[in-house]
Amino acid sequence: MTPQTPLTQEIISAEIAQARQAYAKAVEGGEPRRDHPDRGYAPYRSSVLRHPEQPLVALDDPDAVELSGPVFGVTDVTALDADLTRQHLGEPLGERIMVTGRVLGRDGRPVRGQLVEVWQANASGRYAHQRDQHPAPLDPNFTGVGRCLTDDQGRYAFTTIKPGAYPWRNHDNAWRPAHIHFSLFGTAFAQRLVTQMYFPGDPLFDHDPIMQSVTDDAARSRLVAAYDHDLSTPEWSLGYRWDIVLSGPAATWIEEGR
Amino acid sequence: MTPQPTPSQTVGPFYGYALPFAGGGDIAPAGHPDAITVRGRVYDGAGDPIPDALLEFWQPAPGGSRAGAPGSLRRDPVTGAVIGRTGLDFTGFGRVATDADGHYSIRTLPPGGAPYISVCVFARGLVHHLFTRVYLPELTDPATEPLLASLPPRRRATLLAVPEGGRVHRFDIRLQGDGVEEETVFLDFG
Repeated sequence: MTPQTPLTQEIISAEIAQARQAYAKAVEGGEPRRDHPDRGYAPYRSSVLRHPEQPLVALDDPDAVELSGPVFGVTDVTALDADLTRQHLGEPLGERIMVTGRVLGRDGRPVRGQLVEVWQANASGRYAHQRDQHPAPLDPNFTGVGRCLTDDQGRYAFTTIKPGAYPWRNHDNAWRPAHIHFSLFGTAFAQRLVTQMYFPGDPLFDHDPIMQSVTDDAARSRLVAAYDHDLSTPEWSLGYRWDIVLSGPAATWIEEGR
Repeated sequence: MTPQPTPSQTVGPFYGYALPFAGGGDIAPAGHPDAITVRGRVYDGAGDPIPDALLEFWQPAPGGSRAGAPGSLRRDPVTGAVIGRTGLDFTGFGRVATDADGHYSIRTLPPGGAPYISVCVFARGLVHHLFTRVYLPELTDPATEPLLASLPPRRRATLLAVPEGGRVHRFDIRLQGDGVEEETVFLDFG
Protein backbone atom coordinates (compact mmCIF):
# COMPACT_ATOMS: atom_id res chain seq x y z
CA MET A 1 0.00 0.00 0.00
CA THR A 2 1.27 3.45 -0.80
CA PRO A 3 1.29 5.68 2.25
CA GLN A 4 -1.24 8.49 2.03
CA THR A 5 0.24 11.93 1.71
CA PRO A 6 -0.93 13.90 4.75
CA LEU A 7 -3.34 16.68 3.90
CA THR A 8 -1.33 19.52 5.38
CA GLN A 9 -2.31 23.04 6.32
CA GLU A 10 -0.02 24.17 3.50
CA ILE A 11 -2.16 22.37 0.92
CA ILE A 12 -5.41 23.71 2.41
CA SER A 13 -3.99 27.24 2.65
CA ALA A 14 -2.96 27.06 -1.02
CA GLU A 15 -6.51 26.02 -1.96
CA ILE A 16 -7.92 28.87 0.17
CA ALA A 17 -5.65 31.35 -1.64
CA GLN A 18 -6.65 29.92 -4.99
CA ALA A 19 -10.38 30.26 -4.24
CA ARG A 20 -9.84 33.81 -3.06
CA GLN A 21 -7.95 34.71 -6.27
CA ALA A 22 -10.64 33.10 -8.41
CA TYR A 23 -13.28 35.16 -6.61
CA ALA A 24 -11.28 38.41 -7.01
CA LYS A 25 -10.90 37.72 -10.70
CA ALA A 26 -14.61 37.01 -11.10
CA VAL A 27 -15.50 40.29 -9.38
CA GLU A 28 -13.00 42.11 -11.60
CA GLY A 29 -14.70 40.53 -14.58
CA GLY A 30 -18.03 42.00 -13.53
CA GLU A 31 -19.51 39.18 -11.42
CA PRO A 32 -21.53 40.43 -8.44
CA ARG A 33 -19.94 40.41 -4.98
CA ARG A 34 -21.05 37.51 -2.80
CA ASP A 35 -22.25 37.98 0.75
CA HIS A 36 -22.56 34.26 1.39
CA PRO A 37 -20.11 31.41 0.94
CA ASP A 38 -20.11 29.23 -2.14
CA ARG A 39 -21.68 25.91 -1.06
CA GLY A 40 -19.13 23.91 -2.98
CA TYR A 41 -16.00 25.10 -1.19
CA ALA A 42 -13.44 22.31 -1.53
CA PRO A 43 -10.97 23.48 1.19
CA TYR A 44 -13.78 22.57 3.63
CA ARG A 45 -13.77 18.90 2.68
CA SER A 46 -17.18 18.03 4.14
CA SER A 47 -18.81 20.39 1.63
CA VAL A 48 -17.70 18.33 -1.37
CA LEU A 49 -20.57 15.78 -1.31
CA ARG A 50 -23.01 18.01 0.53
CA HIS A 51 -23.81 20.78 -1.92
CA PRO A 52 -26.10 20.86 -4.95
CA GLU A 53 -24.44 20.89 -8.35
CA GLN A 54 -27.53 22.17 -10.15
CA PRO A 55 -28.32 25.88 -9.91
CA LEU A 56 -30.97 26.90 -7.38
CA VAL A 57 -34.36 27.62 -8.90
CA ALA A 58 -35.11 31.33 -8.47
CA LEU A 59 -38.61 31.97 -7.23
CA ASP A 60 -40.17 35.40 -7.34
CA ASP A 61 -43.62 34.59 -5.99
CA PRO A 62 -45.34 37.26 -3.87
CA ASP A 63 -47.59 34.52 -2.48
CA ALA A 64 -44.75 32.23 -1.35
CA VAL A 65 -45.28 30.77 2.11
CA GLU A 66 -41.57 31.50 2.78
CA LEU A 67 -42.37 35.25 2.92
CA SER A 68 -44.04 34.58 6.26
CA GLY A 69 -42.33 32.72 9.07
CA PRO A 70 -42.57 31.05 12.46
CA VAL A 71 -43.06 33.16 15.57
CA PHE A 72 -41.86 32.58 19.10
CA GLY A 73 -42.88 34.08 22.40
CA VAL A 74 -42.25 34.30 26.11
CA THR A 75 -43.29 30.68 26.59
CA ASP A 76 -40.43 29.54 24.33
CA VAL A 77 -37.61 30.97 26.46
CA THR A 78 -36.91 31.43 30.14
CA ALA A 79 -35.13 34.42 31.63
CA LEU A 80 -32.07 32.33 32.51
CA ASP A 81 -31.60 31.04 28.98
CA ALA A 82 -29.59 34.13 28.01
CA ASP A 83 -27.01 33.61 30.77
CA LEU A 84 -24.87 30.59 29.90
CA THR A 85 -22.88 30.98 33.12
CA ARG A 86 -25.85 30.29 35.40
CA GLN A 87 -27.26 27.04 34.10
CA HIS A 88 -25.52 24.78 36.63
CA LEU A 89 -24.78 24.74 40.34
CA GLY A 90 -21.31 26.23 40.01
CA GLU A 91 -19.54 28.87 37.92
CA PRO A 92 -18.00 27.75 34.62
CA LEU A 93 -14.26 28.24 34.12
CA GLY A 94 -12.99 30.82 31.66
CA GLU A 95 -13.18 34.44 30.67
CA ARG A 96 -16.68 35.82 31.36
CA ILE A 97 -17.99 37.89 28.45
CA MET A 98 -21.11 39.67 27.33
CA VAL A 99 -22.08 39.48 23.66
CA THR A 100 -24.77 41.85 22.44
CA GLY A 101 -25.97 43.46 19.25
CA ARG A 102 -28.97 43.99 17.04
CA VAL A 103 -30.72 41.79 14.51
CA LEU A 104 -31.74 43.83 11.47
CA GLY A 105 -33.40 43.24 8.13
CA ARG A 106 -31.90 44.43 4.86
CA ASP A 107 -33.92 47.61 5.22
CA GLY A 108 -32.12 48.39 8.50
CA ARG A 109 -35.26 47.85 10.54
CA PRO A 110 -34.98 45.83 13.74
CA VAL A 111 -36.24 42.27 13.88
CA ARG A 112 -38.43 42.41 16.99
CA GLY A 113 -39.41 39.67 19.38
CA GLN A 114 -37.65 36.96 17.38
CA LEU A 115 -35.74 33.94 18.59
CA VAL A 116 -31.93 33.99 18.78
CA GLU A 117 -30.21 30.71 19.66
CA VAL A 118 -26.50 30.22 20.41
CA TRP A 119 -24.17 27.30 21.11
CA GLN A 120 -20.44 27.09 21.67
CA ALA A 121 -17.49 25.14 23.07
CA ASN A 122 -16.31 25.73 26.63
CA ALA A 123 -13.20 27.70 27.56
CA SER A 124 -11.02 24.67 26.80
CA GLY A 125 -12.45 24.24 23.31
CA ARG A 126 -14.70 21.26 24.10
CA TYR A 127 -18.38 20.88 23.27
CA ALA A 128 -20.80 19.14 25.60
CA HIS A 129 -21.51 16.59 22.85
CA GLN A 130 -20.51 12.96 22.93
CA ARG A 131 -19.18 13.09 19.40
CA ASP A 132 -16.66 15.77 20.38
CA GLN A 133 -13.67 13.62 21.34
CA HIS A 134 -11.15 16.45 21.66
CA PRO A 135 -9.15 15.53 24.79
CA ALA A 136 -9.80 18.84 26.52
CA PRO A 137 -11.74 18.91 29.79
CA LEU A 138 -15.50 19.12 29.87
CA ASP A 139 -16.77 21.73 32.31
CA PRO A 140 -19.57 20.37 34.52
CA ASN A 141 -20.81 23.93 34.94
CA PHE A 142 -21.08 24.76 31.26
CA THR A 143 -23.32 23.31 28.55
CA GLY A 144 -22.74 26.19 26.14
CA VAL A 145 -26.31 26.71 24.96
CA GLY A 146 -28.47 29.83 25.15
CA ARG A 147 -31.50 31.55 23.64
CA CYS A 148 -33.39 34.79 23.92
CA LEU A 149 -35.96 36.93 22.15
CA THR A 150 -34.88 40.22 20.57
CA ASP A 151 -36.35 43.39 22.14
CA ASP A 152 -38.16 46.24 20.39
CA GLN A 153 -34.87 47.57 19.01
CA GLY A 154 -33.91 44.13 17.75
CA ARG A 155 -31.33 43.75 20.53
CA TYR A 156 -30.13 40.44 21.92
CA ALA A 157 -27.64 39.91 24.75
CA PHE A 158 -25.90 36.84 26.16
CA THR A 159 -23.61 36.39 29.14
CA THR A 160 -21.21 33.54 28.54
CA ILE A 161 -17.60 32.33 28.64
CA LYS A 162 -15.18 33.01 25.82
CA PRO A 163 -14.95 29.72 23.91
CA GLY A 164 -11.59 28.10 23.23
CA ALA A 165 -10.12 27.17 19.85
CA TYR A 166 -10.28 23.47 19.05
CA PRO A 167 -8.86 20.92 16.61
CA TRP A 168 -10.92 19.19 13.95
CA ARG A 169 -10.23 16.66 11.24
CA ASN A 170 -10.61 18.60 8.02
CA HIS A 171 -6.86 18.25 7.50
CA ASP A 172 -3.70 17.59 9.46
CA ASN A 173 -3.29 20.06 12.35
CA ALA A 174 -6.60 21.82 11.58
CA TRP A 175 -7.83 24.23 14.29
CA ARG A 176 -11.02 26.25 14.40
CA PRO A 177 -10.76 29.84 15.62
CA ALA A 178 -12.86 30.53 18.72
CA HIS A 179 -16.46 31.13 17.70
CA ILE A 180 -20.05 31.19 18.88
CA HIS A 181 -22.73 29.62 16.67
CA PHE A 182 -25.82 31.79 16.11
CA SER A 183 -29.25 30.80 14.75
CA LEU A 184 -31.60 33.61 13.69
CA PHE A 185 -35.13 34.06 12.41
CA GLY A 186 -36.54 37.06 10.59
CA THR A 187 -40.17 37.86 9.87
CA ALA A 188 -39.92 35.63 6.77
CA PHE A 189 -38.73 32.04 6.73
CA ALA A 190 -36.66 33.04 3.68
CA GLN A 191 -34.57 35.27 6.00
CA ARG A 192 -33.44 32.31 8.10
CA LEU A 193 -29.74 32.44 9.03
CA VAL A 194 -27.32 30.16 10.85
CA THR A 195 -23.84 31.57 11.20
CA GLN A 196 -20.80 31.87 13.48
CA MET A 197 -19.43 34.87 15.35
CA TYR A 198 -15.65 35.20 15.72
CA PHE A 199 -13.45 37.21 18.08
CA PRO A 200 -11.27 40.07 16.81
CA GLY A 201 -7.60 39.42 16.08
CA ASP A 202 -7.73 35.62 16.21
CA PRO A 203 -4.51 34.27 14.56
CA LEU A 204 -6.39 31.22 13.23
CA PHE A 205 -8.65 33.15 10.79
CA ASP A 206 -6.39 32.64 7.76
CA HIS A 207 -5.99 28.92 8.47
CA ASP A 208 -9.69 28.09 8.78
CA PRO A 209 -11.51 26.91 5.64
CA ILE A 210 -14.93 27.39 7.26
CA MET A 211 -14.41 31.08 7.91
CA GLN A 212 -12.54 31.48 4.60
CA SER A 213 -15.45 29.91 2.72
CA VAL A 214 -16.71 33.50 2.73
CA THR A 215 -14.33 34.62 -0.01
CA ASP A 216 -15.36 38.29 0.01
CA ASP A 217 -13.07 40.17 2.45
CA ALA A 218 -15.68 42.74 3.46
CA ALA A 219 -18.36 40.10 3.97
CA ARG A 220 -16.00 37.89 5.99
CA SER A 221 -15.10 40.81 8.25
CA ARG A 222 -18.79 41.05 9.18
CA LEU A 223 -18.46 37.71 10.97
CA VAL A 224 -16.07 39.26 13.51
CA ALA A 225 -17.43 40.92 16.64
CA ALA A 226 -15.92 44.17 17.95
CA TYR A 227 -14.51 44.47 21.43
CA ASP A 228 -16.47 47.31 23.05
CA HIS A 229 -15.04 48.69 26.27
CA ASP A 230 -18.35 50.37 27.10
CA LEU A 231 -19.92 46.92 27.27
CA SER A 232 -17.33 45.65 29.73
CA THR A 233 -18.47 45.56 33.35
CA PRO A 234 -15.90 46.51 36.03
CA GLU A 235 -14.65 43.52 38.05
CA TRP A 236 -16.99 41.27 36.08
CA SER A 237 -16.90 40.74 32.30
CA LEU A 238 -15.58 41.89 28.91
CA GLY A 239 -18.00 43.11 26.26
CA TYR A 240 -18.33 42.33 22.56
CA ARG A 241 -20.71 43.87 20.06
CA TRP A 242 -21.96 42.05 16.99
CA ASP A 243 -24.82 43.21 14.79
CA ILE A 244 -26.47 40.72 12.45
CA VAL A 245 -28.17 41.60 9.17
CA LEU A 246 -30.49 39.02 7.63
CA SER A 247 -30.58 38.48 3.88
CA GLY A 248 -33.91 37.93 2.34
CA PRO A 249 -36.28 38.56 -0.48
CA ALA A 250 -37.06 42.13 -1.39
CA ALA A 251 -40.74 41.49 -0.70
CA THR A 252 -40.02 41.24 3.03
CA TRP A 253 -38.39 44.69 3.15
CA ILE A 254 -41.63 46.57 2.79
CA GLU A 255 -43.75 44.33 4.95
CA GLU A 256 -45.94 46.40 7.21
CA GLY A 257 -46.55 45.64 10.83
CA ARG A 258 -43.83 43.81 12.73
CA MET B 1 -27.01 53.22 4.07
CA THR B 2 -28.39 49.75 3.45
CA PRO B 3 -26.82 47.38 5.94
CA GLN B 4 -24.86 44.54 4.39
CA PRO B 5 -25.95 40.94 5.09
CA THR B 6 -24.13 38.80 7.61
CA PRO B 7 -22.73 35.75 5.80
CA SER B 8 -23.95 32.25 6.52
CA GLN B 9 -21.71 29.63 8.15
CA THR B 10 -22.25 25.90 8.57
CA VAL B 11 -24.36 24.63 11.46
CA GLY B 12 -21.50 22.20 12.16
CA PRO B 13 -21.88 18.88 14.00
CA PHE B 14 -22.39 20.09 17.57
CA TYR B 15 -25.78 21.85 17.64
CA GLY B 16 -27.35 18.94 19.50
CA TYR B 17 -28.02 20.61 22.85
CA ALA B 18 -29.05 23.88 21.24
CA LEU B 19 -31.42 23.38 18.33
CA PRO B 20 -33.39 20.10 18.32
CA PHE B 21 -36.12 19.94 20.95
CA ALA B 22 -38.44 17.25 22.22
CA GLY B 23 -41.54 17.04 20.05
CA GLY B 24 -39.92 19.19 17.35
CA GLY B 25 -41.53 17.09 14.62
CA ASP B 26 -44.97 16.92 16.23
CA ILE B 27 -46.47 19.95 14.50
CA ALA B 28 -50.00 18.50 14.52
CA PRO B 29 -51.80 18.71 17.87
CA ALA B 30 -51.66 15.32 19.59
CA GLY B 31 -54.34 12.89 18.42
CA HIS B 32 -55.65 15.17 15.65
CA PRO B 33 -57.63 13.01 13.21
CA ASP B 34 -56.38 14.90 10.13
CA ALA B 35 -52.68 14.47 10.96
CA ILE B 36 -50.36 13.34 8.20
CA THR B 37 -46.82 12.01 8.48
CA VAL B 38 -44.00 13.13 6.21
CA ARG B 39 -40.87 11.09 6.46
CA GLY B 40 -37.76 10.35 4.48
CA ARG B 41 -34.02 10.36 4.41
CA VAL B 42 -31.38 12.94 3.62
CA TYR B 43 -28.57 11.79 1.28
CA ASP B 44 -25.23 13.14 0.09
CA GLY B 45 -23.67 12.99 -3.38
CA ALA B 46 -22.29 9.48 -2.76
CA GLY B 47 -25.82 8.25 -2.01
CA ASP B 48 -24.96 7.86 1.69
CA PRO B 49 -27.44 8.96 4.35
CA ILE B 50 -26.53 12.14 6.26
CA PRO B 51 -26.75 11.48 10.00
CA ASP B 52 -26.18 15.08 11.11
CA ALA B 53 -28.60 17.16 9.06
CA LEU B 54 -31.14 19.41 10.72
CA LEU B 55 -34.44 20.08 8.97
CA GLU B 56 -36.88 22.89 9.67
CA PHE B 57 -40.45 23.02 8.40
CA TRP B 58 -42.78 25.98 8.02
CA GLN B 59 -46.33 25.95 6.68
CA PRO B 60 -49.71 27.67 6.89
CA ALA B 61 -52.32 26.34 9.30
CA PRO B 62 -55.07 24.16 7.78
CA GLY B 63 -57.31 27.25 7.62
CA GLY B 64 -54.67 29.11 5.60
CA SER B 65 -53.32 31.39 8.32
CA ARG B 66 -49.63 32.22 7.91
CA ALA B 67 -49.41 34.09 11.21
CA GLY B 68 -48.00 31.09 13.06
CA ALA B 69 -48.20 30.86 16.83
CA PRO B 70 -45.62 30.83 19.62
CA GLY B 71 -45.09 27.74 21.72
CA SER B 72 -43.11 25.40 19.45
CA LEU B 73 -40.39 25.00 22.09
CA ARG B 74 -42.30 25.83 25.25
CA ARG B 75 -40.13 25.74 28.36
CA ASP B 76 -40.80 25.16 32.00
CA PRO B 77 -39.95 28.43 33.77
CA VAL B 78 -38.93 26.47 36.89
CA THR B 79 -36.48 23.97 35.40
CA GLY B 80 -35.87 25.45 31.95
CA ALA B 81 -36.67 22.04 30.42
CA VAL B 82 -38.71 21.75 27.23
CA ILE B 83 -42.27 20.88 28.21
CA GLY B 84 -43.58 20.56 24.68
CA ARG B 85 -46.28 22.25 22.69
CA THR B 86 -49.66 22.97 24.24
CA GLY B 87 -51.23 20.17 22.22
CA LEU B 88 -53.89 22.65 21.05
CA ASP B 89 -52.17 25.41 19.10
CA PHE B 90 -50.82 24.97 15.59
CA THR B 91 -47.48 26.80 15.41
CA GLY B 92 -46.70 25.82 11.79
CA PHE B 93 -43.06 25.26 12.73
CA GLY B 94 -41.15 22.01 13.10
CA ARG B 95 -37.52 21.11 13.60
CA VAL B 96 -35.96 17.64 13.51
CA ALA B 97 -32.43 16.29 13.32
CA THR B 98 -31.83 13.24 11.12
CA ASP B 99 -31.05 10.03 12.99
CA ALA B 100 -27.93 7.88 12.61
CA ASP B 101 -29.44 6.44 9.43
CA GLY B 102 -30.33 9.79 7.88
CA HIS B 103 -34.06 9.44 8.64
CA TYR B 104 -36.46 12.13 9.77
CA SER B 105 -40.20 12.30 10.25
CA ILE B 106 -42.78 14.94 11.11
CA ARG B 107 -46.47 14.73 11.98
CA THR B 108 -48.42 17.71 10.80
CA LEU B 109 -51.73 18.92 9.38
CA PRO B 110 -52.22 19.58 5.66
CA PRO B 111 -51.42 23.24 4.89
CA GLY B 112 -54.28 25.54 3.88
CA GLY B 113 -54.06 27.85 0.86
CA ALA B 114 -50.77 26.40 -0.36
CA PRO B 115 -50.10 22.83 -1.51
CA TYR B 116 -46.65 22.55 0.09
CA ILE B 117 -44.65 22.55 3.30
CA SER B 118 -41.49 24.67 3.19
CA VAL B 119 -38.24 23.00 4.27
CA CYS B 120 -34.93 24.53 5.30
CA VAL B 121 -31.96 22.14 5.35
CA PHE B 122 -28.88 22.58 7.54
CA ALA B 123 -25.96 20.15 7.83
CA ARG B 124 -22.34 19.86 8.74
CA GLY B 125 -20.52 20.48 5.46
CA LEU B 126 -23.28 22.72 4.14
CA VAL B 127 -22.00 26.29 4.47
CA HIS B 128 -25.30 27.93 3.54
CA HIS B 129 -28.69 26.38 4.25
CA LEU B 130 -30.96 25.22 1.41
CA PHE B 131 -34.69 25.70 0.89
CA THR B 132 -36.95 23.16 -0.74
CA ARG B 133 -40.66 22.28 -0.62
CA VAL B 134 -42.66 19.13 0.08
CA TYR B 135 -45.57 19.27 -2.37
CA LEU B 136 -48.45 17.08 -1.27
CA PRO B 137 -49.86 15.37 -4.39
CA GLU B 138 -53.43 15.33 -3.06
CA LEU B 139 -53.34 19.13 -2.78
CA THR B 140 -51.79 20.04 -6.11
CA ASP B 141 -51.91 19.48 -9.85
CA PRO B 142 -48.26 19.33 -10.96
CA ALA B 143 -49.27 20.28 -14.49
CA THR B 144 -50.66 23.66 -13.45
CA GLU B 145 -48.81 24.58 -10.26
CA PRO B 146 -46.41 27.26 -11.57
CA LEU B 147 -43.16 26.04 -9.97
CA LEU B 148 -43.78 22.34 -10.62
CA ALA B 149 -44.98 22.98 -14.17
CA SER B 150 -41.79 24.94 -14.92
CA LEU B 151 -39.54 21.96 -14.12
CA PRO B 152 -38.61 18.97 -16.29
CA PRO B 153 -40.36 15.81 -15.03
CA ARG B 154 -37.28 14.29 -13.36
CA ARG B 155 -36.58 17.50 -11.45
CA ARG B 156 -40.25 18.05 -10.63
CA ALA B 157 -40.50 14.60 -9.08
CA THR B 158 -37.97 15.58 -6.38
CA LEU B 159 -40.48 18.07 -4.94
CA LEU B 160 -43.45 15.69 -4.85
CA ALA B 161 -44.08 13.63 -1.75
CA VAL B 162 -44.82 9.98 -2.48
CA PRO B 163 -47.93 8.57 -0.74
CA GLU B 164 -47.11 5.42 1.22
CA GLY B 165 -50.66 4.79 2.43
CA GLY B 166 -52.19 5.42 5.82
CA ARG B 167 -51.70 9.20 5.62
CA VAL B 168 -47.92 8.73 5.38
CA HIS B 169 -45.85 10.50 2.71
CA ARG B 170 -42.26 9.86 1.74
CA PHE B 171 -40.00 12.78 0.94
CA ASP B 172 -36.28 12.14 0.49
CA ILE B 173 -33.80 14.99 0.15
CA ARG B 174 -30.64 14.64 -1.93
CA LEU B 175 -28.18 17.45 -1.40
CA GLN B 176 -26.33 16.31 -4.52
CA GLY B 177 -27.12 13.92 -7.33
CA ASP B 178 -25.31 10.60 -6.99
CA GLY B 179 -25.33 9.66 -10.66
CA VAL B 180 -28.46 7.51 -10.28
CA GLU B 181 -30.91 9.49 -8.17
CA GLU B 182 -31.81 13.06 -9.05
CA GLU B 183 -30.61 15.95 -6.90
CA THR B 184 -33.46 17.67 -5.03
CA VAL B 185 -34.61 21.00 -6.44
CA PHE B 186 -33.54 23.80 -4.10
CA LEU B 187 -35.04 27.26 -4.20
CA ASP B 188 -33.64 30.79 -4.20
CA PHE B 189 -35.91 33.52 -2.85
CA GLY B 190 -33.53 36.35 -3.81
